[in-house]
Amino acid sequence: MKKTLAPLLASLTAAALFTTTACSGSDDKADSAGGGEKVALTYWSWAPNMDKVVEGWNSTHPDIHVTVNKQDGGDPAVTKLLTAIKAGSGAPDVMQAEYQKIPTLISADALADISSQAGSLKDKFPAAAWNSVTLGGDALYGVPQDSGPLMFFYRSDVFEKNGLQAPKTWDDYAAAAEKIHKTNPKQYLGTFSAADAGLFVGLAQQAGASWWGVQGDSWTVDVNDAATQKVAGYWGGLVEKGVIDNKPMYTPEWNAALNDGSQVGWVSAVWAPGVLEGSAKETKGKWKAASMPQWDAASPATGNWGGSATSVTSQSKHPKEAAEFIAWLNSDPAALKLLAGTANVYPAANDATSVLTTPPAFFAGQSDFYTIAAEAGKQARPFTYGPNVNVAYSAFNDAFGKAAESKKASAFTESLATIQKATVDDMKNSGFTVAG
Amino acid sequence: MSLTTTRRSIRRAGVPYAFLAPGLLLFTLFLAAPIGYAGYLSLRKVKVSGLGLGSKSRTEVWAGLSNYARSMTDPEWLPSVYRILGYGLIVVPAMLGLALLMALLLDANRTRPALSGFARISIFLPYAVPAVVASLLWGFLYLPRVSPFGYALGKLGIGTPELLSSSWVLYAVANVAVWGGTGFNMIVLYTALKSVPTSLYESARIDGASELAIAWRIKIPIVLPSLIMTFVFSMIATLQVFAEPMTLKPLSNTISFTWTPLMKVYRDAFVRNDIHSAAATSVVIALATFLLSFGFLKLVGRRAFDQEDS
Repeated sequence: MKKTLAPLLASLTAAALFTTTACSGSDDKADSAGGGEKVALTYWSWAPNMDKVVEGWNSTHPDIHVTVNKQDGGDPAVTKLLTAIKAGSGAPDVMQAEYQKIPTLISADALADISSQAGSLKDKFPAAAWNSVTLGGDALYGVPQDSGPLMFFYRSDVFEKNGLQAPKTWDDYAAAAEKIHKTNPKQYLGTFSAADAGLFVGLAQQAGASWWGVQGDSWTVDVNDAATQKVAGYWGGLVEKGVIDNKPMYTPEWNAALNDGSQVGWVSAVWAPGVLEGSAKETKGKWKAASMPQWDAASPATGNWGGSATSVTSQSKHPKEAAEFIAWLNSDPAALKLLAGTANVYPAANDATSVLTTPPAFFAGQSDFYTIAAEAGKQARPFTYGPNVNVAYSAFNDAFGKAAESKKASAFTESLATIQKATVDDMKNSGFTVAG
Repeated sequence: MSLTTTRRSIRRAGVPYAFLAPGLLLFTLFLAAPIGYAGYLSLRKVKVSGLGLGSKSRTEVWAGLSNYARSMTDPEWLPSVYRILGYGLIVVPAMLGLALLMALLLDANRTRPALSGFARISIFLPYAVPAVVASLLWGFLYLPRVSPFGYALGKLGIGTPELLSSSWVLYAVANVAVWGGTGFNMIVLYTALKSVPTSLYESARIDGASELAIAWRIKIPIVLPSLIMTFVFSMIATLQVFAEPMTLKPLSNTISFTWTPLMKVYRDAFVRNDIHSAAATSVVIALATFLLSFGFLKLVGRRAFDQEDS
């Protein structure tokens, strides 16, 4: 329900939050009194239990006190931050920012460059994650916090009953979807959700797409490329055949379908156990995790859905202390343990593998859960996000919403041209140099 | 002496302004200034240079009327306008018809104050439910798998209709508005009915008029000004419909970001981060609202707010 309310609540509570954060900002005495005084930092995050993770910092760092301000989610938090940046005050010191939003935030001058405080951080993270906080340049706009490599989750009991194995390729997945739906017309192996552009982008990434790119001094936009066409055609075909559902994810309807065994599979990411635990309580113990189905089993690849960095905002009065905090939060072994264990995120840091030993509670029986996840993390293909991800994503929601409703594969592939046009038009109108 | 008279007359000339000051001040601060600012924003735009990644790569420049041109030529603009026209054709007659019917029924039962009081409150109650909450409640009822109606129909072996599918979604959204708005309009009409002296009805009954004839020949003409007023309010609410479709949007594929004009404003400002074209669209919506309401009032001869006329 949080998701349903989010856009409205974001705008309604923005005003209230401005006042509170503005107050806590002006309370900082360190400015006038110089060093030695206690510094207070505010931190916007939507990860569950983040306040408990931050307690670990506050108890060991008496001079820098961090207060967590819980957000509704990635989109509303960005909306609020951009509004605060425009207003000139009201932004927190530290902000959780999804990787795909970072170019947008940099372009709005919302993030501080903390490269002078980077130290040896770079070696502690995988190259792909590091690239998303530097955009390949010298500046550093945050520290990677978590990543969301795509994985496949399925009801092992249903697969067993149908004599199926976890799908190795997308052809296997299509065959399994057809068999399951034929055996029991109420059951679907998945749904195509027009509400989740992030998942579709992850799937396109797996197929080798990169929707944006930088070519010298201009951007390139490639939404309608061959790889994305292949993915859209594939899912459109499954929806047209009726072997998977066409309703959005994250609705009460979808939760109920997961729980009552109508949805028996989910192409999702490493953080899925937390969602399933909430939505599909009654099916605990019946799910298994597997690597993603592949286009080419010989060269396995995957994409990401979700994942975020922690950034210092351009309005922070204490960028140095804030940078110190986010470095600790995302690379200190004690913090990584808290992030994984308490906040249920999959840390991006290389050290994460050492703290993730026991599988998540919902997959308690699957001891190789994090081995599969680590493997998937290494296979992520490079993908560049552009400065107007929100425009492309909202165009995706509208175009694919119509396509999913029409249940026609041709409508799926045609939608990509609509998104491409909306994205390029918006960039050109703003004055970005777009090649091609 | 002449000095005091002048002073007094100055003071007297200032009196009306002093009385007007609080109203004018509030109007300027909270209505005129924001509207003016929106008008200003609608003529500006942000210009990015190059890749737009470095600090200070954005500058605000004059845009002339280009934001308006872009807003009005957006392929999603006209469909959203037609959609709310259809929506209004469903909501306004249904809501006002129900409100009038209920007000007349309650009024016909004046002799039982306790019962009609209870009925009045229960009809009014949905109005006290915020639109977002109402939409969530209805959203749950619309989704076949979580709706108790879906469950009951399933038990009876009847398939459950997909109320959020493209052929029904307009009615589904309109239903939430009718459910929430009927009570308020009923109270307005009922209050107007109560001010009618009972002697009028008595003489009508003596003349042999039935209850139906009293309602049709006396009551409805008398509440006509109130009906016109509620019509104008409903029309404005239709032009500004936002909370219901926005709340129902994540539940279905059929409600787009630009489903209503106001949703387009929201998308431009907060999803696309383009406050300038959002401002242009809002100015257009404000003008349309203004023209329609005043045009309609002119058409009906200002009868709405002037009870003595009729």
